Amino acid sequence: MELQQFYYDNKIVKNFIYATIFWGVVGMSVGLLLAFLFLFPNLTDGISWLSFGRLRPLHTNAVIFAFVGNAIFAGVYYSTQRLLKARMYSDKLSKINFWGWQAIIVAAAITLPLGITSSKEYAELEWPLDIAIAVVWIVFGWNLIATIFKRRQRHMYVAIWFYLATFVTVAVLHIFNSLALPVGLFKSYSAYAGVQDALVQWWYGHNAVAFFLTTPFLGLMYYFVPKAANRPVYSYKLSIIHFWSLIFIYIWAGPHHLLYSALPDWAQNLGVAFSVMLLMPSWGGMINGLLTLRGAWDKVKADPVLKFFVVAITGYGMATFEGPMLSLKNVNAIAHFSDWVIAHVHVGALAWNGFLTFGMIYWLIPRMFKTKLYSVKLANMHFWSGTLGIIIYAMPMYVAGFVQASMWKQFNPDGTLTYGNFLETVTEIIPMYWMRAIGGSLFILGMFILVYNIYKTIRQGSEVTDELAEAAPLQKLSGKRLVGEGFHTWLERKPVQLTILATIAILIGGIVQIVPTILVKSNIPTISSVKPYTPLELEGRDIYIRESCVSCHSQMVRPFRSEVERYGEYSKAGEYVYDHPFLWGSKRTGPDLMRIGGKYSDNWHFNHMYDPQSTSAGSIMPGYKWLITDEHDRSKTQKKMEVMVKLGVPYSQEEIENAYASMDAQALQIEKNLYNDPDFVRTYEAEKNYALENGQDFVEMRNREIIALIAYMQRLGTDIKVKDPEVTTTTVK
Amino acid sequence: MSVIYVLLTISIIVAIIFFIAFIVAVRNGQFDDDYTPSVRILFEDELVKDKKSKSLNN
Repeated sequence: MELQQFYYDNKIVKNFIYATIFWGVVGMSVGLLLAFLFLFPNLTDGISWLSFGRLRPLHTNAVIFAFVGNAIFAGVYYSTQRLLKARMYSDKLSKINFWGWQAIIVAAAITLPLGITSSKEYAELEWPLDIAIAVVWIVFGWNLIATIFKRRQRHMYVAIWFYLATFVTVAVLHIFNSLALPVGLFKSYSAYAGVQDALVQWWYGHNAVAFFLTTPFLGLMYYFVPKAANRPVYSYKLSIIHFWSLIFIYIWAGPHHLLYSALPDWAQNLGVAFSVMLLMPSWGGMINGLLTLRGAWDKVKADPVLKFFVVAITGYGMATFEGPMLSLKNVNAIAHFSDWVIAHVHVGALAWNGFLTFGMIYWLIPRMFKTKLYSVKLANMHFWSGTLGIIIYAMPMYVAGFVQASMWKQFNPDGTLTYGNFLETVTEIIPMYWMRAIGGSLFILGMFILVYNIYKTIRQGSEVTDELAEAAPLQKLSGKRLVGEGFHTWLERKPVQLTILATIAILIGGIVQIVPTILVKSNIPTISSVKPYTPLELEGRDIYIRESCVSCHSQMVRPFRSEVERYGEYSKAGEYVYDHPFLWGSKRTGPDLMRIGGKYSDNWHFNHMYDPQSTSAGSIMPGYKWLITDEHDRSKTQKKMEVMVKLGVPYSQEEIENAYASMDAQALQIEKNLYNDPDFVRTYEAEKNYALENGQDFVEMRNREIIALIAYMQRLGTDIKVKDPEVTTTTVK
Repeated sequence: MSVIYVLLTISIIVAIIFFIAFIVAVRNGQFDDDYTPSVRILFEDELVKDKKSKSLNN
């Protein structure tokens, strides 16, 4: 058989690695800044685009989709070519994949700090970017699958299966979770409301972890760990079993993010059962990775690459043991909304994704530049700095989560809450936030060491952009077998084409099903007293979304004695029917806001938003001064209401026409309420007079953003508050 | 709550696709040999001699 010669495309791999490193530094730096904002809440005082709420989605998106995303592409583009013994199908598609992805990240890095967000976790980007992501992702899949077509190795190594599953599932998840109706170029409303939106979001959110942070990295593990150790994987059979069982089970586990919420019990329990089952395939993968190093532990001692891999796989094992445990309802009751979950995700992100990426980079760069790593010593330093960083990050967060959650639940003998003031539970864990910031600093220090080491390695090496390789062409299956073969028979022996076609089929089916769900009125038990937001409240809600208040404040009171005592009546599914998107949140850095309406005066909110420490000494919430001064843009209110009508919110034509009159009236009332505070009157009038005397433009208080936000906050959770004692027993069902 | 049926449908369909892919892969003999593939990936096919000519570029 004649051997063919061809070239592997190393340039695309190199570009993705550079991007990985660059965005890694950016994403981790933003994370570190956020860690310090816990300690110095007003570090970026008054700068809206550097406020916690706006940076938090930037951090998560940057590390997940930019750092890990580029690492996935780098590893996939390198290993796929070699596993299939073929150059990538099209250099052009590779380039579109690369530059398209970077363009999306840059757009994200601009839009998120500007407050352009859908507020759905890990899916914050607005609809034009969502479409761009779908396009670039499909280009990636097309390139991958077309390369599989022209492969010279008929057998597809297990890593390739992982890549395929990643492509298919992420595409489906992304499309369905991102369905939304646009109001303008930078604003849209989720197609789903309340409980529905929460379900779709966490179906997506959980599987984003599964199919973006896990399956592609398992594929990378199955390629790079054996290569670096020069040992075959411990059990190829186990890898096959673990692959298929993992992808079957993972997709069902999403509801464990919604335990004790309004989701029906059977769905919650289904999620729990599958989450517990998930332990087996996850640990199958971990064991397979670690045991690959059997008899090669002496190499681990000498080779930093393997050290990174060992910690990565161990971190994967810890995170996937913890995941099923966190899914148990009794554990979840404590851990949910607390820093425990922050520790959990960072063990996964820093160890599993971070360290596997670092190991991969240290292995790939010297190979592609035909040299040795500049300094093994520096790599070891990075290893230890990173490992210590992970430990010093995670341990205090576990403690913080457990301590705070316990304090939330503690009662005095007389039945009152021991820590009735939420702030007490926050100040208690500040030392842990300090340690977290130190751990994070160590981790990022390691990252800088990597940058230097890799830079030096590249300088001393010589680049091989197109690497020559040799392999025999794929032998045709014997002609006789193919005679008279119909389309479907052909399809049946082509798993890849079959998967693609079937995916297209399910997407059509999915859309056919989803559209009626959007159009038909949702069948959540409705509560007659729950009404759509007034135009001003709707606008206030959009400010709440823009500032990403949901990052730190939940809107979901679980049916626990401690929560009902602290926040008020527990949340009902029917209360959220007009919430496009839902804002339940997943973390309580501050208290729940579900029942905040009417709890404090308008003045309290005003002062609190301007300077949180003035109303709540020791608070770690940053001030939102720009809300106090900025004029409220109400140009799109009617358009927003019309979009809401399309999504099933019953605004009448009259209400839409009178939107401005309604807003003015409600805003004026809030302005009047603010006049109750003599301090406010003094400063506000002084400001007004100053502006008048100097001929400056002056924005009346009633036209500023804060007013809309106060309107929304005062509305929250009040719909089911009983105003008339006679209907007490009949309102809530 | 209705959306859960949509999600379940999609999940089942995705699972079925993977199941079909699995069956087809088994029938194709992808998993007949569960040892050689793990060793095969360890062999390098790169040619160390760095030719300047790109005529063979595939």
